Amino acid sequence: MSILDKHGTLERNVTLLAVFAFLVVSIGGMVQIAPLFWLENTIEEVEGMRPYTPLELTGRDIYVREGCYVCHSQMIRPMRDEVERYGHYSLAAESKYDHPFQWGSKRSGPDLARVGGRYSDDWHVDHLRNPQSVVPESIMPKYGFLEHTMIEGEYVQDLLATHAFVGVPYSEEMIASAQADFKAQADPDSDYDGLLERYGDKVSVRNFDGQAGISEADALIAYLQMLGTLVDFSTFTADESR
Amino acid sequence: MAKKPVKKEPVKTTGHSWDGIEEYDNPMPRWWLWTLYACIIWAIWYSIAYPAWPGITSATKGYLGYSTRAEVAADIAEVEGRNAAINAKLASVDLAAIADDPELGGYATSAGAAVFATWCAQCHGSGAEGSKGYPNLQDDDWLWGGSVEAIHQTISHGIRQESDDDTRFSEMPAFGDDYLEDDEIAAVVNHVMSLSGTPNDASLVSAGAVVFEDNCASCHAADGTGDREQGAPNLTDAIWLFGGDYDTLIETVTYSRKGVMPDWNERLTEAQIRAVATYVHQLGGGE
Repeated sequence: MSILDKHGTLERNVTLLAVFAFLVVSIGGMVQIAPLFWLENTIEEVEGMRPYTPLELTGRDIYVREGCYVCHSQMIRPMRDEVERYGHYSLAAESKYDHPFQWGSKRSGPDLARVGGRYSDDWHVDHLRNPQSVVPESIMPKYGFLEHTMIEGEYVQDLLATHAFVGVPYSEEMIASAQADFKAQADPDSDYDGLLERYGDKVSVRNFDGQAGISEADALIAYLQMLGTLVDFSTFTADESR
Repeated sequence: MAKKPVKKEPVKTTGHSWDGIEEYDNPMPRWWLWTLYACIIWAIWYSIAYPAWPGITSATKGYLGYSTRAEVAADIAEVEGRNAAINAKLASVDLAAIADDPELGGYATSAGAAVFATWCAQCHGSGAEGSKGYPNLQDDDWLWGGSVEAIHQTISHGIRQESDDDTRFSEMPAFGDDYLEDDEIAAVVNHVMSLSGTPNDASLVSAGAVVFEDNCASCHAADGTGDREQGAPNLTDAIWLFGGDYDTLIETVTYSRKGVMPDWNERLTEAQIRAVATYVHQLGGGE
């Protein structure tokens, strides 16, 4: 009895076929996906990556809510034209605290992986309010309502706890002081030492939208101004075998 | 005479029979089979030639040694190598001498235009015409100086970019915060409008002149011509960054203005900064 005849048994027994089909697909999955969890070079070691601050994380939620990812990717591909336009190609480590990641492949607008620090806060306010006022050829919709929507961060502690639950290394102290940190980052006159102690000296503490109170624009701009600025590339050497 | 049908060998059946319907056991087309076998062989070759199989700590690297990162690094190095000599010259010569050298000046202007389109146009406009709050770079009205050295300094270190110790910094007070009363602000705005010949309420100008002398002259100069050391704009011309109408000026004096420009020495090379400084300088307003 040749092996091809045995195949007949599989074809005639639907349960057996399902079991074997599952086995074959599992092997494919294991070979492709499972190694990413143990290979040491999947996510490279880099200096400077930190979990997002409560205000930045809130801004990230607004970014996702407004569907910014529908037109903006956050991944600079390792190609010369991309590197020259946007900066150093993105590293896996740079999105390791993203749940879900914002890589994307559709670019109706430019890539935003390194938009942080590229424009002034005023520019972001002007641009969100009316993109065409600064970039006449832009097709981006207006997001002026963000600066009129005030937020208190009453759920930001839960937001951090949720991200901690899926693996972002927020300490208990970070979660406990989430709301205080949320408010401190948008107010340069506040006592923000605790925020810097928990998230590092490089955290920007500014009144991002230039008006009193914390608006959704504050949170979104805080997030945008941080994007791509965390990794210290002066200490980075590319492992080229990837 | 009709063609005789060619007699074929009867095709074997699979032996299955459902309600008297039988299934032919025709072989797969030969070309299809060979394509399948070729694909399998190609896949095996590919997984050996390119990074593929996972191991314990890393994956196989493939005997061709291909790497996306090595490729992009080589691409960039190749282009940089082509321009290395002229970039080195651009970064080392005296700034003011760049434009005088036809080859270097031409290169700097073209390279600077590319840098400008990539990094500067979003604020200053694709034609450097600026917009409200973002200076027009084509005119000869400069806040911080229009020599190529001054432009180079501004681009390198930015304006009010707090992370840069050498950034250009000045801060106009928000005169609405306890400094001036509303009627004083209205008066000084009318005085400022009179400086540039903008139609205004002449009855308030003399009172405004006194307020100006006491509060504004230390930066904008007694005659309103400004001070580039402090980025204080010239108020006697008809060029306005935020607008020269009455309402906008009231807003400016009451709440102040603080434009911010990033420091580009973090992102751009010295040659790129010099190129874009040369480009901006030759747009029309360079001094």
